[in-house]
Amino acid sequence: MIGERVIVERQDFQKLLDALRQKGYVTVGPTVRDRAIIYDEIASVEDLPIGWTDEQDGGKYRLKRRADQALFGYVVGPHSWKKFLHPPVLSLWKARKNGKGFEITPNRDEPPRYAFIGVRSCELHAIFIQDRVFTNGKFVDPHYQARRRNLFIVAVNCVQAGGTCFCVSMKTGPKAIAGFDLALTEILDGQRHYFVVEISTTLGADILQRVPTKPAQPRDLQIAEERIQQAAQQMGRQLDTTNIKELLYRNLEHPRWDEVAARCLNCANCTMVCPTCFCTTVEDVTDLTGSEAERVRKWDSCFTMDFSYIHGGSVRASAKSRYRQWLTHKLASWLDQFGTSGCVGCGRCITWCPVGIDITEEVRAIRESEQSTA
Amino acid sequence: MDTLERLLSEHPFFKDLDPRYIQLIAGCAREVTFKAGEFIFREGDPSSHFWLIRSGKISLEVFVPGRGTLMIETLGEGDVMGWSWAVPPYRKQYDARALELTRAIEFDAMCIRGKCDEEPKLGYELFKRFAQIIGQRLQATRLRLIDIYGSHD
Amino acid sequence: MAVTIKPQTIEIVQTDPMVPVPYRVLRVRRETKDTFTLELEPLPQPLTSPVPSPFTERGAEGGVRFAPGQFTMLYLFGVGEVPISISGDPAHPELLVHTVRAVGTVTKALCRLKRGDILGVRGPFGSSWPMAEAVGNDILIVAGGVGLAPLRPAIYHILSHRGEYGRVVVLYGARTPGDMLYKKELVQWRGRFDIQVEVTVDAARPDEWRGNVGVVTTLIPRAQFDPYHVTALVCGPEVMMRFAILELQKRGLRDDQIYISMERNMKCAVGFCGHCQYGPHFVCKDGPVFRFDKVKEIFGKREI
Repeated sequence: MIGERVIVERQDFQKLLDALRQKGYVTVGPTVRDRAIIYDEIASVEDLPIGWTDEQDGGKYRLKRRADQALFGYVVGPHSWKKFLHPPVLSLWKARKNGKGFEITPNRDEPPRYAFIGVRSCELHAIFIQDRVFTNGKFVDPHYQARRRNLFIVAVNCVQAGGTCFCVSMKTGPKAIAGFDLALTEILDGQRHYFVVEISTTLGADILQRVPTKPAQPRDLQIAEERIQQAAQQMGRQLDTTNIKELLYRNLEHPRWDEVAARCLNCANCTMVCPTCFCTTVEDVTDLTGSEAERVRKWDSCFTMDFSYIHGGSVRASAKSRYRQWLTHKLASWLDQFGTSGCVGCGRCITWCPVGIDITEEVRAIRESEQSTA
Repeated sequence: MDTLERLLSEHPFFKDLDPRYIQLIAGCAREVTFKAGEFIFREGDPSSHFWLIRSGKISLEVFVPGRGTLMIETLGEGDVMGWSWAVPPYRKQYDARALELTRAIEFDAMCIRGKCDEEPKLGYELFKRFAQIIGQRLQATRLRLIDIYGSHD
Repeated sequence: MAVTIKPQTIEIVQTDPMVPVPYRVLRVRRETKDTFTLELEPLPQPLTSPVPSPFTERGAEGGVRFAPGQFTMLYLFGVGEVPISISGDPAHPELLVHTVRAVGTVTKALCRLKRGDILGVRGPFGSSWPMAEAVGNDILIVAGGVGLAPLRPAIYHILSHRGEYGRVVVLYGARTPGDMLYKKELVQWRGRFDIQVEVTVDAARPDEWRGNVGVVTTLIPRAQFDPYHVTALVCGPEVMMRFAILELQKRGLRDDQIYISMERNMKCAVGFCGHCQYGPHFVCKDGPVFRFDKVKEIFGKREI
């Protein structure tokens, strides 16, 4: 069954969700809230953003009604899956005073077994990029691992690109190649509405036992490929990654950084929406009596003033140095640290920047300035 | 005199200096010894000499009303002491006190200035070397000015 | 460059590196008006929780083995946690020693600890001084201010393996004589016949000081070592290291003969929080000790 492609009809989609929930998974997927498509727990097909699409550009995000009733007819919103695997707020341990000393009780809460519904290829890459950060080094984050190891992934191949997408440049999409249990390509063809489902794991095959399927025909596969190809042609942005690490490393003092700094508000939106940004801070708190303490881990951003504080002051005090840190980490140092780029080309940072700073434009400006002086 | 010339030509400060010039300045030099605690010069003294320290340790000090005497810098073996002979008003800015028994070669500044007037090229060579000394002292002083070990909150 | 997505068998992890291990304060020594040395011993009882810290493994001597240059995260109940270099003898890890300068909330609280107080320790973390690589070479140690603390374990190691190294020189600069660390030990080391120790202060009063006055970089031209066969270990404020390196280069040292210790904000010390990044390096795991040629491109670049 692994590697097989089957057809699931639109009317049977609910059974997929049911099958997962019956197996004890908490199904999480896209839903409309506060005029955006975000990720939250879903139980029914009706929770999905049926018939909605998103229009995105630098500093712009709007939901629009589609002409059809596609379930996955949008791209990516302000949430990413890191919200579940790498929670924004997490209690690491509690401590209680005990005479002169204290006793620590680590957080051993069993996290839910998640099934992510609707993971784009770029997001899939982002999950694997975070795997390298949290599980591939000398130390392993047990909280990330606990959430990651039971994860069931239903990927979705994009059949249309977003206004700020550039997964083709980053070689992270639009087609999901590996790392999922099931991958869906949604096809609306005249009266027909169905999904071409690729089965990649035994877990995936297992779940599909409870869903009516029939083998995919060559024509179905062809249509699916064509639609995905269409998405690849529609990319809203482009990023030339040729020797990008060396390009950025040798331009750490480029005047472009001052230019961006004049626009950047250091609001940290980009780091919040980016699916690979992983920085956190730790807060050690006590109750009023001073007998109980807790260590809480929270998302943090390299754009904050305190991020690089050492006695006397912050190493990166200027806005320019903080923007430079974020961009060069994402596109250059990440390669040295983890062997891959930190960017998956999802375009969220461009869409959610209040002043529309575009990472692809910044790199282009630096690259072109070198070419013109050459 | 022969020994003095040899000592001078071996010293890094006079490296690559034409032996003829070494001979000239040796004529303005003599060996001196300072006992521990002895003052070599005091603030305000006319700058009549400079020294090449051969062994021992000398402390440059300044008196600050309310705080007492403070040590600015110590100089030891191999160091050149005294550059104020080269620039007006030709006055010493600090006290110099030997911390231990110190041997040095003392140069008569008037004599040297006279020789430099006769042989401008010698003057150029000496001033190049003294510019370096002044530069090094300035560097070292600036580093202490920024108080690198202080806690700056 | 695309991510290689491979299906993985994720093993279950039993330890959490963010959980501290309790240690007891055995002794507090005051070094200067704002710097204290804490001597700690691990508590005998095991952690009550089922998810142990990965730092509870004890060596034969009963302590946690560490290498010179490494640091730990010290946690004070309800106050917070800070990275502090280990300043003790690696041959006697049963006593975990740290020298702390009171500059912030947590360090000020650490400096008020008394014998018998309990604190939490995570670690040791980080890279170490190249004691093995330097065997056969002369060693030049250049320390400024509290930078002598992370170098003291290296000095201890050298002295207990004296025959493995050539000439050994320790150069130490402090603000004033009252700010000098480890005065007694400096005098002891200086008193040995097989090590050159030179100390200087930025300023002093003649009634309290008969030694050198001047910035520590001025001691480098006079240090006795073979520039072709020397390893230099440098630690202190970044600006002091910058100028010390210039002087070392003037003496003919190559960039791969010089090692420095860097400092950055740390929240986790295990490469997860991202705060300690220095260019592509994580100071908590790629450092704090760096061979200078590996960081020379970014060293001295502003706000990196």
